[in-house]
Amino acid sequence: MPLIVGMSLLLGCQFIGELLARGLAVPVPGPVLGMLVLLLALMIHGRVPTALRHSGEGLLRYLTLLFVPAGVGMMVHAQLIMADLWVIGVTLVVSTALTLAVTAKVMSWLNQRRLRRGTGT
Amino acid sequence: MNIVALDQLWVYLSGHPLVSLLATLVAFIAASWLNRKMGGTPLLHPVILSIVLLIGFLLLAGIDYPTYFEGAQFIHFLLGPATVALAIPLYDHLERVRAMLVPILLACCAGIVTAVGSTIGLAALMGAAPETLLSLAPRSVTSPIAMGIAEQVGGIPSLAAGLVLLTGSVGCALGPWILRLMRITDPSVQGFTMGLAAHGFGTAHCFASIGAMAGAFAGLAMALTGLLTAFLLPLMTTLSGL
Repeated sequence: MPLIVGMSLLLGCQFIGELLARGLAVPVPGPVLGMLVLLLALMIHGRVPTALRHSGEGLLRYLTLLFVPAGVGMMVHAQLIMADLWVIGVTLVVSTALTLAVTAKVMSWLNQRRLRRGTGT
Repeated sequence: MNIVALDQLWVYLSGHPLVSLLATLVAFIAASWLNRKMGGTPLLHPVILSIVLLIGFLLLAGIDYPTYFEGAQFIHFLLGPATVALAIPLYDHLERVRAMLVPILLACCAGIVTAVGSTIGLAALMGAAPETLLSLAPRSVTSPIAMGIAEQVGGIPSLAAGLVLLTGSVGCALGPWILRLMRITDPSVQGFTMGLAAHGFGTAHCFASIGAMAGAFAGLAMALTGLLTAFLLPLMTTLSGL
């Protein structure tokens, strides 16, 4: 039963998220709003129900498997990918390296500043 | 008793959702096993390996993607509730998030602007097709969110998903090397950086090879990046006139 209760909670939040996304016509995917709904609910409730933790963490443990069906869809776009193969390859490598470097730099700099200002704040 | 010819049996079965569902799970198990045998190298990530195995299988068996997806959609559907479930690790680390809120938010915005800006800039500069460009834009966001965003801004969701997966493995290969080069030793910064640039792949990598603290921050970065990009990216593409 915990699995069913947890799953219902997750799907319920997703449902509310979809409703919000369609109803308010905001350009954000429904599940993302569902995640916000769940986060808000958890903050109000004050703890994570055991049933929810079981199904939620179970899903997240196999998160990588869930990407596979969509990834296989690349076979449909083989032509598009082949046409822009170099562009895609160079963009992926250079942009990922830049993103890593900038994020690490900004965060460690701000963090050191925060620590230097003292632990009192 | 009448024995049905094998080829007829295959014609019936290959259109059945059961075959694609089973093939997906078996490919994932085989890929995970192969990856372990190769010493867990991020260059041959189990997901990339399973996709390659499955595409090979589908081409050999003569099954087209829509037929495959009829079975695989049962796995695909779980991406929605899994995205919702990202709220759980986020809630678990709420205290630490509150304490480091300003560095986290600023680093996250800087990372997203760098990721989206450099991606659109580089791809446009080298003359990528518009659909490719818009499918590349959300590539550093975890797949379920990236697919939603790609759909919103006019990219192709399944192409975006594939590019997200490639980004994840590129990030896992480059990340540790760049962090060492920049002499970043704080695990919270290491984790956050990996989670932001390489989403779920980076998170899994942190848990496996840096530690639980880095993993928690990577999960946080993944969720936050997904959330902020979902709001920021449609804005950025509108501003840049795409």
